[in-house]
Amino acid sequence: MRIWKFEHNVDTDQIIPAEYLTTGDAKKLAAHAFAKARPEFSKEVKEGDVIVAGENFGCGSSREHAPRALLGAGISCVIARSFARIFFRNSINIGLHLIEADVFDKIEEGDEIEINFEAGVIKNFTKEEEYKFKPLPEFMQKLLDSGGLINYIIKQK
Amino acid sequence: MMPTIAEKILREKAGKGEKVEAGEILECEVDYIMVNDITGVPAFEVLDELELDEELKKELVVVIQDHYVPNKDVDSAEQAKALRDYARKYGIKNYFEVGKGICHQVMIEEGFAAPGRLIIGADSHTCSYGALGAFSTGIGSTEAAAAMATGRLWFKVPTTQKFVIDGELKQYVMGKDIILHIIGDIGVSGSLYKSQEFYGTAIEKLSLSDRITISNMAVEAGAKAGIIPPDEKVFEFLNGRVRGEYKPVYADGPESEYEEVFEYNASEIVPTVAKPFSPDNTAPASELDVPIDQAYLGSCTNGRIEDLRVAAAILMGKKISPDVRMIVVPASKRVLEQALEEGLIKIFLAADAFVCGPTCGACLGGHMGVLASGECCISTTNRNFIGRMGHKDSEVYLANPAVVAASALKGRIIDPRELEI
Repeated sequence: MRIWKFEHNVDTDQIIPAEYLTTGDAKKLAAHAFAKARPEFSKEVKEGDVIVAGENFGCGSSREHAPRALLGAGISCVIARSFARIFFRNSINIGLHLIEADVFDKIEEGDEIEINFEAGVIKNFTKEEEYKFKPLPEFMQKLLDSGGLINYIIKQK
Repeated sequence: MMPTIAEKILREKAGKGEKVEAGEILECEVDYIMVNDITGVPAFEVLDELELDEELKKELVVVIQDHYVPNKDVDSAEQAKALRDYARKYGIKNYFEVGKGICHQVMIEEGFAAPGRLIIGADSHTCSYGALGAFSTGIGSTEAAAAMATGRLWFKVPTTQKFVIDGELKQYVMGKDIILHIIGDIGVSGSLYKSQEFYGTAIEKLSLSDRITISNMAVEAGAKAGIIPPDEKVFEFLNGRVRGEYKPVYADGPESEYEEVFEYNASEIVPTVAKPFSPDNTAPASELDVPIDQAYLGSCTNGRIEDLRVAAAILMGKKISPDVRMIVVPASKRVLEQALEEGLIKIFLAADAFVCGPTCGACLGGHMGVLASGECCISTTNRNFIGRMGHKDSEVYLANPAVVAASALKGRIIDPRELEI
């Protein structure tokens, strides 16, 4: 999986610009992910790729289209020092994995990594390093394991 | 220790008698769930997937067409039509059609927002109703659907930061400057996952409109809510307007209950501008000398009658710079009607500004004034991210309505006090 490295305060207008918000379809949105900030992203991103960023990833608008676009693009996980709260909720609710970990200075663009969610460990093969992270609170992990909020509610019916 | 306003409202809505702790996850009953033309359709699509055995909690649902209306293209027209069809299918009575106004202004004017309520909305500026003493916060479409189905949603109880602003505000200094000043101080992640509460003599003296501007932009510091204890100004506004009963909630605990306390002297706050590309990139308007192509007056942040009055007083009898186009977008039909009655629209037109009906418009780069590459806009809106108002190489400076009007006259960003020199 490829690492896509981003800076601090990546806002949802960057992730999916407002002019593309006329559909909620993850695949259609994915075609415009980072259209202004990083036009090559939607062309080169591959299933399973990971985003690594600094603080406050996903700030700004409440548009669920942002995590949907990343999910549609095949992003398997976003690792950031911190997340904006609505983006965080939206991601968990639709089943996009997030890791809050301070690895911004450790993982570089192009590094080869492997994530073990259960053990809470990120392996960086390029740098031959390991980083621990705190798993999500139990309730949120349950939502993710169910495949998101809606599947969780359906299962509880 | 006694809880903060945020803790008290969440505790009450979770039906918990005892104290709740910050960090605890609660399932709360919500008072209203708002969606708009961008976030509404994905929410209803999810609701379809749920195949409810019983009816959704339709009396709690509010649907407002405001972002891409009147529709900017065929795709947005299809989206608005889909939302309209969904509102009919699910029997949503609280449905507001094109032209009624920007969702947050409508939620406030129509009496949905009130003290002590827990309101969620699939729009990040839902935190605006904190100005009326509500705990209101932005959510996504999927959880909006879940809340429509169950009337409930999970919340992590936030810690609270207290902001105390005492003293007298100077001329042309508004709620916008207070909140830009605070965001400039604490940064765009300064209130991440937290609730803000605002106190002090300067806040008490502010109009409800200016308070709404402050609560509206709480999210630009990452806050979950931005709450101002409700007073007579709020109760008077709600009189004859509010839907149902409401119960004001106040924090009555010691200062130690707050995670942090910030104190500001109102008289030291000046007309403030947030430079590209972040709301925390602030500077005094007087220190800038930036030529502008466009001046935008409107949005849920600063599109109320009080904002239009401030701008009109500056523009009265004058013409905007020939190098600038000014766009005036009242936040609602009621604001537009009032502005017509007071003669403000005449003043804007006489100054050669463009005036249109209520819409989110160019605030989010939708339509009605998007920017070309290299263009610069001074705007009363809430975000100045890269490409927010159009081309990725365009720039947005955020400011209060007085700064926007004065800058429109001069063709460059100025402090309105410079007009009188």
